[in-house]
Amino acid sequence: MVTEAQVWVALAEIPDPEIPPISIVDLGVVRDVSVENGTVHVEFTPTFLGCPALEVMRDQMADRIRELGAEPDVEVILDDSWSTDRITPEGREKLRAAGFAPPAPREAGAPQLVQLQSRSFKCPYCGSTDTRLDNIFGPTPCRSVRYCESCRQPFEQFKTI
Amino acid sequence: MNAQELLAIADDELILGWRNSEWTGIAPFLEEDVAFSSIAQNEIGHARAIYQIVAAELGTTADELAFDRKPAEYRCSQFVELRVVPDWARTIARQVLYEQADEKRIKALMESEDEQVAGLAAKIDREEAYHRMHAQMWDERLQDEPRYVEALEEMRPLVDRRDGHLPEFEQLWEEMTEVRRSVPGATW
Repeated sequence: MVTEAQVWVALAEIPDPEIPPISIVDLGVVRDVSVENGTVHVEFTPTFLGCPALEVMRDQMADRIRELGAEPDVEVILDDSWSTDRITPEGREKLRAAGFAPPAPREAGAPQLVQLQSRSFKCPYCGSTDTRLDNIFGPTPCRSVRYCESCRQPFEQFKTI
Repeated sequence: MNAQELLAIADDELILGWRNSEWTGIAPFLEEDVAFSSIAQNEIGHARAIYQIVAAELGTTADELAFDRKPAEYRCSQFVELRVVPDWARTIARQVLYEQADEKRIKALMESEDEQVAGLAAKIDREEAYHRMHAQMWDERLQDEPRYVEALEEMRPLVDRRDGHLPEFEQLWEEMTEVRRSVPGATW
């Protein structure tokens, strides 16, 4: 009989389909795992609602659970329980090392344009905060594009949500 | 909030998402190509999530709600149906007015007694914050541009007009449902 701990270990080996250096467990999208009578129930929270990686992650989790000899039951939770604050410290460091600036912490109010336009975001390559907003949107919904004036490198900034 | 009211919101998001995707590849510059494509993706994601809630209540599926209804059955406003490409001033005017109106109803949904609806609205609101910043940035940039000011005046009365559909909605519906209609009964 598979245990919850074994499921967590197996899920931690699944890479984020769009940012492979980080796993879906690092990303914090697995909210809960429970095992009952050979069925593994996973509560899964999408990052962005329109993220095309959602189905890929769900199917990969189901496949891994089947490989453990259990029946998967992956429930997609459509509420506000996922936040970029759920990305683990290890996940944040893996993001940074791969050239993605980790998200700023979530604040009480919504992020403001003036904050994004300020020079308080750190370049993941050289560490300078002399960076400017190039585009609120980026290659996927979860990222913005910034430019580092110090090392003259564009980089992707994880949005805070 | 009843199913028909939620359906109106989902239809608005789906149709505006479709309209915004019409800028993909042809926006005035690369950043806006990326922005409008991303905004479209988010809006269609919001539509899907709301359709899922409504579908569970009505005993149908999100895909059936999105693609299998007749044009007359959609509850979106005429405002989101307007085809504004390639007019940038009207595109931004619609986006600014839409985000203002949408923010009010999303905040109201966050107060819903239905926990599932309130939870989803809170998530949508966090994503919409970035659409609002985008709209604000353009509003600040274009506020003294006569074509933009004119477009705001022209469009403001249309924001919540739901008495029938515009002639151009028929063509959008044809395009949007074409693939699904081509293989009836297929599983996607």
